Amino acid sequence: MPYFGFKGGIHPKYNKEKTSGKQIEKFNLNVGDEVVIPLIQHIGAPAEAVVKKKETVKRGQLIGKSKGFVSSNIHSSVTGEVVNIENAPHPIMGSVPSVRIKVTEIDDDFVPIDEVSKFQDKVLAAGIVGLGGATFPSHVKLSPPKKIDYLIINGAECEPYLTCDHRLMVEKTAEILKGAKLIQSELEIEKLIIGIEKNKPDAISAFESLKGEYDFELIPLEVKYPQGGEKQLIKATVNRVVPEGKLPLEVGVIVHNVGTCLAVYEACEMRKPLLERVVTITGAVKEPKNLLVPIGVPVGKLIEACGGPLGNIKKIVMGGPMMGFALFNLDTPVMKGTSGIIVYRDTDLPDLSMNNCIRCGRCVEACPMGLVPAIMEQFSVNEMYERLSEWHVLNCIECGCCSYVCPSRRPLVGYFKTAKREIMNMMRQKKDAAK
Amino acid sequence: MQQNKLFVTFSPHERDDLKTDKIMLYVVYALIPAMGVSIYYFGFYAIRTYLLTIIFTLFFEAAFQKISKRKITLHDNSALVTAILLAMNLPPSSPWWLILVGSFIAIIVGKQVFGGLGQNPFNPALVARVFLLISWPAQMTNWIKPVPITQKFMIDAVSVATPLGQSKTEVLTYGKIVSSEIANVSNLFLGNVGGSLGEISAIAIILGGLFLLYKRIISWHIPVSFIVAFLVIVVPYWLFTPEKTLNPVIHLFSGGLMLGAFFMATDMVTSPVTKKGQIIFGIGCGILTAVIRLFGGYPEGVSFAILIMNAFVPLIDYYLRPKSFGEVTSA
Repeated sequence: MPYFGFKGGIHPKYNKEKTSGKQIEKFNLNVGDEVVIPLIQHIGAPAEAVVKKKETVKRGQLIGKSKGFVSSNIHSSVTGEVVNIENAPHPIMGSVPSVRIKVTEIDDDFVPIDEVSKFQDKVLAAGIVGLGGATFPSHVKLSPPKKIDYLIINGAECEPYLTCDHRLMVEKTAEILKGAKLIQSELEIEKLIIGIEKNKPDAISAFESLKGEYDFELIPLEVKYPQGGEKQLIKATVNRVVPEGKLPLEVGVIVHNVGTCLAVYEACEMRKPLLERVVTITGAVKEPKNLLVPIGVPVGKLIEACGGPLGNIKKIVMGGPMMGFALFNLDTPVMKGTSGIIVYRDTDLPDLSMNNCIRCGRCVEACPMGLVPAIMEQFSVNEMYERLSEWHVLNCIECGCCSYVCPSRRPLVGYFKTAKREIMNMMRQKKDAAK
Repeated sequence: MQQNKLFVTFSPHERDDLKTDKIMLYVVYALIPAMGVSIYYFGFYAIRTYLLTIIFTLFFEAAFQKISKRKITLHDNSALVTAILLAMNLPPSSPWWLILVGSFIAIIVGKQVFGGLGQNPFNPALVARVFLLISWPAQMTNWIKPVPITQKFMIDAVSVATPLGQSKTEVLTYGKIVSSEIANVSNLFLGNVGGSLGEISAIAIILGGLFLLYKRIISWHIPVSFIVAFLVIVVPYWLFTPEKTLNPVIHLFSGGLMLGAFFMATDMVTSPVTKKGQIIFGIGCGILTAVIRLFGGYPEGVSFAILIMNAFVPLIDYYLRPKSFGEVTSA
């Protein structure tokens, strides 16, 4: 299939060379170290704690049980003793209930997930969520109510700095393919497509070399942010447009991140729960790395593991620079959706002094969703949410392209994030009132 | 590691290097060739006009912001752009008081009363030009003969007519053009004609425009739709009644058409934000310019055309909302 591309998007400085050639290293904890594992690491209902203070837990043991359909399980990433169930810092929600565990034994084994026959139940039991960052529970995505004809594996990794998916694709190519094949055969999907941005030639050739063994189609993608956005990727690879407010399955497509495929493979073949993930630690650190990190390790420890910061830390971002969240606290733990930690010094940060909008239209050109940020901003500032809704603000994917290109440094995507929340609240209230 | 001092903002955490002040500076760079040509042909008069407009304009901007207790924003370079564009819209021999009034109108009436940069509906330099043209028509159409600076720095102000002005006068007086040779295309191209400082050399303006296109400060949509729409009206009119108007090539390279198409109509603040809107805006400017030049009392119509279209921008922006990705037309 040819590359169809998508409208809008930007070309930020990628800065991936710091870590793109670095093999994934294992991050090792010591006896006595503590991890803090949040009970909510996914979109949907929080998991319910199933361990108590002072209880001894094994690596891989279930500590948080999924509550409701859109929810996921949480496992211990270490063998140790539960110190406390407390609140841990969270970049978006302020603080979230979490299980603090003190490591008592370094253990490479894990408690396997329960023997279940149904594919989706295995995925749920292993606590797999979308590892691209959105953390939508995977078993839900893998239970489509209608026929799917394309499974797209997302290896775009379009966020600058991040290389965790890149390294996985180079080092775990076969496992990712096996995971993808599992999904494909379980859901009886006709075609498997893998999309990788062209700035990862080694990942592309790694997959190409397995073409004989597995049946799939590899589409090298033009390098452009936000190529990895689900709707953009679907448009770019199979030329289908997901209707506004609908999910990809509406057009017969399911998209999974490469890390998620690997997790599916490990859950099904090794009965391994999701208890660690690859995180790119980069920016102003002495030795940027791709680390395989147990869930719950505080960010500060990872920076130390990379030789410490280069100069004074001014900002720490969890995720990529385009959509990641600035952290309040170095104790924030690594979660299932944590793809990267980017450390900034004062001198690395852009000048954010704001000017009036000069209506240059750069944001309009950059928006991959065909929105008009320059005009919507006015509605936003004046809290005209009805109007914003008419201008389809709910279609905003919060990719940040508009803010990135704005020469006047208007915090456009910030306005829309706030507006979206307000509009959702209004809709919920209306619905409740109607009941 | 230090704590509690982390800087927390909304994403994205990195930004494009291009800032407003740099965009404005690029516009200034793009105007340099045209400034050079005008200085070459009008010597002292040109330098004096540029200097006075820059001084007055920056002064009014800073003074207004100081008095109204706002942040002084001379560093965004937008007043500098307005200053140069205003100077380019004035006759080389403009008296100092005309420049003073023009600068006041441009900055205070054209821009600051609306709230400053980005808030003004009309192009400030054009507001000033049209105001001066209506108030002091004699001073605003007092064109002097260009003399290369290599021959004389302080030239004697010998009055000449502009090609558009002369043809308009003849058509209004005799019903047709009587002079056999009003304009020479290569002179118009190079700038060896009477006219406002910025409109004399088409090549210098086009060079600057191409630089802006290359730097992606402006896009092709407004200039191209402007020029094409203009030609669509002027060419047939000239083919059928060649005695009533000038050759379309002369039309293109004379008056403020090139300056208007590349620098005035493309003013970001006063033009639509979407590409579709920009094309409609450009077409409107082109048609209005042609209609005013061919059928109006003024020989030149670019300023009026752009100002009129400026008024439609909010409407264009509002009704030409592009379809959002995946938007369903009718449920």
